[in-house]
Amino acid sequence: MSDATFPTDRPSLLRMALCKPGFMVGILIIGFSVLLAIFPGFFAPYDPNALDYLAVRQPPSWAHPFGTDLLGRDSLSRVIWAYQVNMQMAVFGTVFALVTGVVVGALVGYYRGIADLIFGRIVDAVITFPFLVLVIAVVAVLGPGLINMYIAISVVYWVYYARLMRAEVIAQMGNDYAAAGVVMGYSDRRIIFRHLLPNAITPVVVYWMTDMALVILLGSSLGYLGLGAQPPQAEWGVLIAEGRNFISTAWWLSLMPGIAIVLTGLGFSLLGDGLADLLRPRG
Amino acid sequence: MSSLSYIFKRLLLMIPTFFLVMVIIFMLVRLLPGDPAIAMAGDRASDADIQAIRERLGLTQPMLVQFWLFLSNTVQGDLGRSILMRTDVASVIADRLPITVFLAVYSVVLSLLIAGPLAFVAALNRGRWPDAVIRTVFQVGLSMPVFYIGLVLLTFLAAQLRLFPVGGYGDTFGERLYHLFLPSVTVALYTSAIIMRNLRSAIIEVLDAEYVQFARAKGLPPRLILGRHVLRNALISTVTLLGLSIGNLMSGTLVTETVFAVPGMGRLMLEAIFARDYPLIQGLTLTFALLVSLVFLMTDLFQSRLDPRMRLQ
Amino acid sequence: MQDQSPILEVDRLNTTFHRNGRPLPALRDVSFSVARGEVLGLVGESGSGKSVTLRSIIGLARRYGEVTGQILWQGRDLLPMPDRALRQVQGREIAMIFQEPMTSLNPLLTVGLQLEETLQSHTDLPRAARRDRAVEMLDLVGIPSAAQRLKDYPHQFSGGMRQRVMIAIALAANPKLLLADEPTTALDVTIQAQILDLILRLADEMDMGVVLVTHDLGVVAQTCDNVAVMYAGRIVEQGPVRDVLREPRHPYTVGLMRSVPENLPPRTPLYSVPGTPPGLDALPPGCAFAPRCAACIQPCQQDRPGLSLIADGRQVACFNPVTKAEGNAA
Repeated sequence: MSDATFPTDRPSLLRMALCKPGFMVGILIIGFSVLLAIFPGFFAPYDPNALDYLAVRQPPSWAHPFGTDLLGRDSLSRVIWAYQVNMQMAVFGTVFALVTGVVVGALVGYYRGIADLIFGRIVDAVITFPFLVLVIAVVAVLGPGLINMYIAISVVYWVYYARLMRAEVIAQMGNDYAAAGVVMGYSDRRIIFRHLLPNAITPVVVYWMTDMALVILLGSSLGYLGLGAQPPQAEWGVLIAEGRNFISTAWWLSLMPGIAIVLTGLGFSLLGDGLADLLRPRG
Repeated sequence: MSSLSYIFKRLLLMIPTFFLVMVIIFMLVRLLPGDPAIAMAGDRASDADIQAIRERLGLTQPMLVQFWLFLSNTVQGDLGRSILMRTDVASVIADRLPITVFLAVYSVVLSLLIAGPLAFVAALNRGRWPDAVIRTVFQVGLSMPVFYIGLVLLTFLAAQLRLFPVGGYGDTFGERLYHLFLPSVTVALYTSAIIMRNLRSAIIEVLDAEYVQFARAKGLPPRLILGRHVLRNALISTVTLLGLSIGNLMSGTLVTETVFAVPGMGRLMLEAIFARDYPLIQGLTLTFALLVSLVFLMTDLFQSRLDPRMRLQ
Repeated sequence: MQDQSPILEVDRLNTTFHRNGRPLPALRDVSFSVARGEVLGLVGESGSGKSVTLRSIIGLARRYGEVTGQILWQGRDLLPMPDRALRQVQGREIAMIFQEPMTSLNPLLTVGLQLEETLQSHTDLPRAARRDRAVEMLDLVGIPSAAQRLKDYPHQFSGGMRQRVMIAIALAANPKLLLADEPTTALDVTIQAQILDLILRLADEMDMGVVLVTHDLGVVAQTCDNVAVMYAGRIVEQGPVRDVLREPRHPYTVGLMRSVPENLPPRTPLYSVPGTPPGLDALPPGCAFAPRCAACIQPCQQDRPGLSLIADGRQVACFNPVTKAEGNAA
């Protein structure tokens, strides 16, 4: 409706953020997760690898709030230490793809031409593979493990970032200011990095947040399948896999890491949605 | 343009894409570090064994010749011999393909059944409590890894309550529906979250569109407005999304097949990976890519049926 | 021209939308009436509430906000009417056409279907008769080879033709009142006059009242019997077109008229009313126009002037109305 939806003013970003309970919850969850990831030793009541054969598979109690695992290790401590690995995934699983994708996408979008044509074919080819299949295939060749998993994810995922970035850059080029920059004789580098990039990057950043959630899910899935982090390392997917066979007798073993995954994933997606809301151009 | 020549043009466009797909698959095995022959032969193999495997895989020939052989064999339907299954890769895949396709279609149907009505309820109650409840539940659903959903369903509905079988596939159509219900629900819970989100915002956008305002101003009954004007338009973007999410859905079936021990392509893929059965990995990866691009093609055709503006271009 | 008693009487119409939890007063105390066959012009800047007024009358606004007051349509109040009863009025007795012919027709449905569904909802015509009527309507609005074009989609028509289609759809069920929301704004200048002529001709032939929203005083002068000038959700001046345009009393009307570049010698600087309209959530306590008004006096800052009768059929809401002697003081 033309007259009914006029935005009359723009409340400050901070005030908008405070009005959005989802966004606040997201900030709280991720903030706390980051704390757990940086100082697991401070929060965890036990050494995550301390074995205690006298207290194997104990149900939750005051001494062990999440119970103990097959080797008597404290589940809570293992879930907390796993924050280190899983939060690290959110960073290392995305950051290389993000940087490569942004740079390639911006260049291809700006110069177009033959590089863009080739890029288009690469995108077509990569999105033709189910994501997990391609990642698993790369992991299969490199061998299971965290580092190889990061490589596999990055090798596949930069394409998705580059595609998004390219589209944004092309959209921004349509705007007058980019044309103005060209007319004013700015160098390509200046136009790309000072003018196009800052404007085109917003949706990419929003996407990055949701991607972090996805990568945590993906990383734990690979851990569960035995292709990601390897035991005895505490990682949520690995922990769930360890408890899988005892799920009816020792349900806490798989339940607790699962809750950690859901919470963290939820945190990132709330954060991403909130950011998208805040940064979306209004008018 | 007639739809036949459109299909033809679309198929032509797939040729360069598939050439690249083949290159990627080929490079995966040849160019990444690690010798597949050594990996396949295992720890106790002698140098002669390894050399034999190399020759069988054609790894001793120059790279371009290898690629040409790979390409021409694949085009002829020869995907090599599976080490794990001791038979043709093509026939192994042909056995497993229907199961995965069944699972995927089942999952799509279930996700639409879950997401469609809820998206409507949420969109029509935008900003009120039903909307908030539906969105929150799906947001949580979107944060659950597929293997975890599967594990929970498997434990409680199959193992504990014995409402569903713990694994397997079944022989008749009805049995398959029953056996694959939980695995499909597992995937559907995840994909329906994506679809619900998109469909909800598409419906909201269409509800506010001027042509819907015009339709209301014409005094049309609500069922006509929702069914004819809103749903059709909202479906266009959702069908696109559904097509684009097919990769996600396939990834989901891979995981769910593993959790529920469904003998489909995904589970086979994992077995092949742990056995380092490279011909099988290659063949499966290619089949997955073929499936996805088939769905892309179907999405395009469906869209052009739905949207007259695309028919003319 | 107009006759006897009004068919539509809008009385103290208030429409409020909510944004981010805060109320936005989109319309305040809007009152006017339309007689059978009358053409009423609603003028004002964008955001002044012209469009919301139309959407409030036809029942679109109440889905988005709160609408209070009275909208008497042939003696019945439309506001408390349930949706079901209102649909008997929408499209059948009161029709509306929109500004954007590009976005106001459903891109996925043929124009024939979009025309026939109106007939289906409002008449008992059988299928074949509906089709005949659809062809007749397209013919009436001047679409060549109408019968062949029924199965065409909106994107196969040009902008002007699309607007004609929209008019045909709106008028298919023989309404007694047409609400036209800037029907020519989105069109080429050369097409604008044709469409306006079409609307007026059909209104005349069908003895139909028209509420024409526009921001173009020239259009008002040519086409309307009466005019209401809106500013920030209120009517600030209304009366017969000739009187209002010859002798505007509200400083805002004066400003609007001065900004029409007519009969000016070449190279005269164009006039525009200084400043911008206030946001609806930041209305000044007194007259909303006071901050931009040259004739602003003390009470304008604190009190809001009500609409008062100043001559036969003329109303103005101003403490310090422009008089003839002052000329264009504002």
